[in-house]
Amino acid sequence: MSTLEIKNLQVSVATEEGFKEILKGVDLTLKSGETHAIMGPNGSGKSTLAYSIAGHPKYTITGGSVTLDGADVLEMTVDERARAGLFLAMQYPVEVPGVSVTNFLRTAATAIRGEAPKVRTWVGEVKEAMSALSMDPAFAERSVNEGFSGGEKKRHEILQLELLKPKFAILDETDSGLDVDALKIVSEGVNRVKGNSDLGIMLITHYTRILRYIKPDFVHVFAAGRIVEEGGPELADKLEENGYAEYVTN
Amino acid sequence: MSGLSTTNYLTPSGREEAWRFTPLARLAGLLNADVALEQVASFALSAPQPGVTLESKESEPYSQTTDSATIRARSAVTHAQYLTIAANAEVNDPIVITRTGLSGSAPQATRLQIHVGANAHAKLLIENTGEAIVAEEIEFKLEQGASLHFISIQEWAPKAVQLARHHAIIGKDATFTSTVVTIGGSLVRILPTVEYSGQGSFADLSGVYFATDGQHLEHRIHVDHNIPNAKSRVNYKGALAGDKARTVWIGDVYIRAEAEGTDTYELNRNLLLSDGARADSVPNLEIETGEIVGAGHASTTGRFDDEQLFYLESRGIPAEIARRLVIRGFFSEIVSLIKIEEVEERIMVRIDSELDKVGK
Ligand SMILES: Nc1ncnc2c1ncn2[C@@H]1O[C@H](COP(=O)(O)OP(=O)(O)OP(=O)(O)O)[C@@H](O)[C@H]1O
Ligand SMILES: [Mg+2]
Repeated sequence: MSTLEIKNLQVSVATEEGFKEILKGVDLTLKSGETHAIMGPNGSGKSTLAYSIAGHPKYTITGGSVTLDGADVLEMTVDERARAGLFLAMQYPVEVPGVSVTNFLRTAATAIRGEAPKVRTWVGEVKEAMSALSMDPAFAERSVNEGFSGGEKKRHEILQLELLKPKFAILDETDSGLDVDALKIVSEGVNRVKGNSDLGIMLITHYTRILRYIKPDFVHVFAAGRIVEEGGPELADKLEENGYAEYVTN
Repeated sequence: MSGLSTTNYLTPSGREEAWRFTPLARLAGLLNADVALEQVASFALSAPQPGVTLESKESEPYSQTTDSATIRARSAVTHAQYLTIAANAEVNDPIVITRTGLSGSAPQATRLQIHVGANAHAKLLIENTGEAIVAEEIEFKLEQGASLHFISIQEWAPKAVQLARHHAIIGKDATFTSTVVTIGGSLVRILPTVEYSGQGSFADLSGVYFATDGQHLEHRIHVDHNIPNAKSRVNYKGALAGDKARTVWIGDVYIRAEAEGTDTYELNRNLLLSDGARADSVPNLEIETGEIVGAGHASTTGRFDDEQLFYLESRGIPAEIARRLVIRGFFSEIVSLIKIEEVEERIMVRIDSELDKVGK
């Protein structure tokens, strides 16, 4: 049983007019096996929260803490955070020309597991995970995310989730850009990992559709840089009905 | 150019457009009119192959040039080496040429002409290693329907100085592919140049260079679309690391008035890995007819893409390994075109060891 604890997290970004505060004190605790949905208007800071936990250099932490089983995540380098068990499925996965998916996955798995996966079992493991996500084996030889369609990039993120087996996964709009069938396939992938490993999930989304497949235990409303309401799955339906008007003051 | 005396013309002052980037003081006498260049037959076939012959003979150049170094080499070399690939030959194994007789202690000159017979298909690899101070010319003539993939690898020792012209004349429906890899040497200046002698012809020019501390690596491409309906692609990538690493890339593409139906695109990307390095990149497209299929160019020079590094690191990959992956990826796009596995691997290992040297 692991715990990811975010306390009073405050984050700024450098802009041309100086620092701009984006996260204004976020409190959230995730435990293994729990699924937390985060919903909120565009620009409210959801991706900022996700990137800050992963350690993106663009964001400056100005206050608060993030701990994983008591260890100070904010003190860790980006790769240390991943090796500690955090995974971020990005809203916009990055293209890395000239680095093949095979090479990338193997290098990542070697880093996370602390030793190179055995060649014989590894090849099968990747093939199986790809076929479960209905990914053409040809993707293995392509450059990471280069020329992938939006939906293909998202599947590739979940492929990594399956192979890297983190303790906590932050899924930043993994459902955006997926067609109906792909949404189902990707959701099943997430549920499979959860079923096998007691994964804790922070699921950032704009749509209740994905929540029909990946059932949240908690729903948090995010607005203007903080969590403004918390509830159960029924809160998502209410948001779908009424929008965010009551949470956005100006 | 009529105002210049011959001597001046052959000994650049550094003000000439063609020489303004080159550190003339480091040419070790190659362009000094008072120093005679020693003629040397420096190309050696590493293994005999059916349909392939190499001999020395008196032979007129295939082409004209205004390049001072080439003119000097031509006047010093009475007997060029002459490589023939017979018409209709299908040479499956790469023809491998190594260098011989290059002393590195005195300026030398050498010339190679390569005749690729009609409908012959071959791959040719020239491996440049060791020390050298050399002005050299390699000319190619591709007859109708021929194809040649020319791979030139500069893995020179640290003090080597090379001034080279690679000139191809591409016949009807023929394809000239070249991949230039420049990593070694103190000063390397290569002129990959192309003209066409028949329609439906294609020049596919690619290259990578990696300059570290104090190296000057210069590539000046010139594609002369002198006939209608020919095609060219140019794609060069370079990286620079360490103090006073210097690269120059010039991409001149000239579409003459008669060259209707031309299809050309050129691209140069430079990756600056540290401060104190300087990359010049000058694409230059001159178009004298509007009746073309397409013409374009792009050039970028920049630092590491932090987003790529973040993505890799966020998967647990340590920063230094992530950096390596990105740099290897940057080069491998071109290196993988070579399609000779052991050569590709060797180049990537060499790139790794250069990276070890510059550290960080
Ligand atoms: N460099 C910057 N300069 C100014 N504002 C910035 C900069 N970077 C981010 N922001 C702002 O930070 C806010 C939060 O952005 P973030 O991407 O976290 O929103 P989000 O909730 O994920 O939105 P979406 O639902 O559209 O994905 C936005 O208003 C954005 O414009
Ligand atoms: Mg977002």
